[in-house]
Amino acid sequence: MTDRDRAFVAFDGVQKSYDGETLVVKNLNLEIARGEFLTMLGPSGSGKTTCLMMLAGFEVATHGQISLGGRPINNIPPHKRGIGMVFQNYALFPHMTVAENLAFPLQVRRMSRTEVQEKVQRALDMVQMGGTEFAGRRPAQLSGGQQQRVALARALVFEPDLVLMDEPLGALDKQLREHMQYEIKHLHERLGVTVVYVTHDQSEALTMSDRIAVFNDGVIQQLATPEDLYERPENAFVAQFIGENNKLDGMVTAFADKEARVHLDGAEEIGALAVNCQGVGFRTMLSIRPERVLIAEPSAPNQLQGRVVELIYLGDHIRCRMEVAGRDDFIVKIPNSAKHSMLRVGETTPIGWLTNDCRALDAA
Amino acid sequence: MANGDSVSGPILAADGRPLRQSLARALRLQKLRALMLIAPLLIFILVTFAAPIADMLFRSVENAIVPNTLPLTVAALEDWDDASGQPPGEKVFAALRQDLLAAVAAKAHTKLGSRLNYEQTGVASLLRKTGRRVKRMEEDGDLAAQFAKIHKSWADPETWATIKRFSSAYTSGYFLNAVDAKLGATGIEARPENERIYIFLFERTLLLSVVITVACLLIGYPVAFLLATLPMRTSNMLMILVLLPFWTSLLVRTSAWKVLLQQQGVINDTLVFIGLVADDGRLAMINNQTGTIIAMTHILLPFMILPLYSVMRTIPPSYMRAAKSLGATDWTAFWRVYFPQSVPGIGAGSILVFILAIGYYITPELVGGTSGTFISNRIAYHISSSLNWGLAAALGVILLVVVLVLYWLYDRIVGIDNVKLG
Ligand SMILES: Nc1ncnc2c1ncn2[C@@H]1O[C@H](COP(=O)(O)OP(=O)(O)OP(=O)(O)O)[C@@H](O)[C@H]1O
Ligand SMILES: [Mg+2]
Repeated sequence: MTDRDRAFVAFDGVQKSYDGETLVVKNLNLEIARGEFLTMLGPSGSGKTTCLMMLAGFEVATHGQISLGGRPINNIPPHKRGIGMVFQNYALFPHMTVAENLAFPLQVRRMSRTEVQEKVQRALDMVQMGGTEFAGRRPAQLSGGQQQRVALARALVFEPDLVLMDEPLGALDKQLREHMQYEIKHLHERLGVTVVYVTHDQSEALTMSDRIAVFNDGVIQQLATPEDLYERPENAFVAQFIGENNKLDGMVTAFADKEARVHLDGAEEIGALAVNCQGVGFRTMLSIRPERVLIAEPSAPNQLQGRVVELIYLGDHIRCRMEVAGRDDFIVKIPNSAKHSMLRVGETTPIGWLTNDCRALDAA
Repeated sequence: MANGDSVSGPILAADGRPLRQSLARALRLQKLRALMLIAPLLIFILVTFAAPIADMLFRSVENAIVPNTLPLTVAALEDWDDASGQPPGEKVFAALRQDLLAAVAAKAHTKLGSRLNYEQTGVASLLRKTGRRVKRMEEDGDLAAQFAKIHKSWADPETWATIKRFSSAYTSGYFLNAVDAKLGATGIEARPENERIYIFLFERTLLLSVVITVACLLIGYPVAFLLATLPMRTSNMLMILVLLPFWTSLLVRTSAWKVLLQQQGVINDTLVFIGLVADDGRLAMINNQTGTIIAMTHILLPFMILPLYSVMRTIPPSYMRAAKSLGATDWTAFWRVYFPQSVPGIGAGSILVFILAIGYYITPELVGGTSGTFISNRIAYHISSSLNWGLAAALGVILLVVVLVLYWLYDRIVGIDNVKLG
């Protein structure tokens, strides 16, 4: 019960279907702590927006319960939930000026004129749009980045405890997007609001979040901190979706104390960390990050032969595509240091890795 | 860049001509081609729209028939003082005889009679009668007495005053007539109470058009809103229902209202059956203003719904959602966020319906009775029954001016940029 108390937002067995035939969200259980920055990450159509809309009250959950601050909110209309929201296209009211847009949530709460003015100015200052030239402009007279800031300010101006953001940076160029990521992150830290953030950009998710929920096919595949998600993916989907990943298919032949012996399809047997494989005789997918592969390191416990297919020089490191165990999409990142002799295309070299760096996951 | 700077004067194209000239030449061909593409439409519009309007403007002031038929009389009347209270002298009567002889030979005197009859009743029969007898007149006798013998009106200075007042090739008579005034002996004066009709008709036309426009807006707005917000499949179905009237003849739809609204009609029968009205107290809903308003609201409704719909369709649903997430109730979100953005559609639909209504003819004619007819019914009457085309033209011009003035006012108040058809 204490657990439930701590959860500020809780999805409890939530399902959603639009057409009565397919479930877009399947049995969602998720608890978000007060002040947390949680990101929903997943490919297109995986049900992220749907979850957000159910939380905001614009879609009804077909089954299950959503609660906010310990109170079930399934039957509370959106305008009484007090949740701030930033939409992908900002949804700034085109017929109102920036100041009027920001004043809107305060006016519907019947605040006094002076209070409204003061809060609007404070919110604009907060997103560095406090200059007098902006307040009187219409949204159409602002750049994309400025519109984004105003949308952010509008979602925060009435001081909600929870702010939802649905791909708020999707329409910005890369540089501005990265800049805004930091600004949103800092705002979150300063104000202490709870943020539920939706994106399908994994680097965005990794930079900003306290925890990330990886969605696929209406199911949370893994809910973990950015570090855990990258270092310790729990299934094949997460390993493939987050960061760059080498996969090797094989069959489990032995299983002992966290370590599995895997017989690769390329007819070699190696050891791997058993994370998510069902047991002896089942197929598995091995996952190794490119930067964890060791080149010509005789001390490495798992040794294979790799033939260099392609070399790309990237300054700080060299990206090497190899043919390993019958697959030719095995990527190795070789640091550009004096320690490594230059490889040549066509050359065969021993490669290896630590058993802990090679994770045996479910066969995808 | 350095090259361009060093050469002073116009920049030259590759073949040595000035660049501006080559550009104009290149564009001329494009413009010519564009012009050829729109040529059929342009000619069509000139022939069927611009030319008739110009002709109407001209007819409303044209009065050549009087100076053309009575050239000598008009000249002779110059010296006569119409305020003298005396009929003109022998010289004028001699001129009149000459003119009438020529007119009778050309069979033009009856036309002149109908023209002058608009200004003074009785002139038509006067001229017809005189035309029959003018040949038998004695040339050297006392012409004034002979004319007075044919008809005593020739001794009445009022007759002569009328001829003199309308002797110029252009006249304001039709316009004055169209606003219930006339050119009397002492200048412009209002017509007697019992002859006034047009101002009243104009007022009624404007008032009923406003009522119809408002009714269309009140009924059409929710429908357009539904069309724009319902899922595609349902809204397509609804759209077909909105467009259905366009596939039915206007005459059939109007007649259907007759069947529904008449005293022995479906609605009255139903009301009597459920006991809401007594059998001898059946409602009069047709052949009066009620009939016109109901039938025209129905007929013009699509012209309100379609512009509204096309504007509303462009308002993303995320605005309403944003408003609600910011704490607005459904109504506040609608009124403060959705409605202002739909105003351009309201403007477009209202202008369209109002302008269509103000000139509508067939429906008021069929279901309007006497109290529900519009100014256009009067115009049609003058064109096809009384054949007073000048007056019809003057009424049409006034109608056109009223519409233009309203349009200008609308532009000043709402701004025509705020009108969107999608
Ligand atoms: N209003 C709706 N009616 C019917 N189906 C819908 C509706 N909205 C979404 N869907 C379906 O639900 C599934 C999940 O949609 P959702 O918008 O939640 O995906 P998403 O994860 O936000 O994707 P994206 O990253 O592209 O925004 C999709 O298959 C989509 O087709
Ligand atoms: Mg989405």
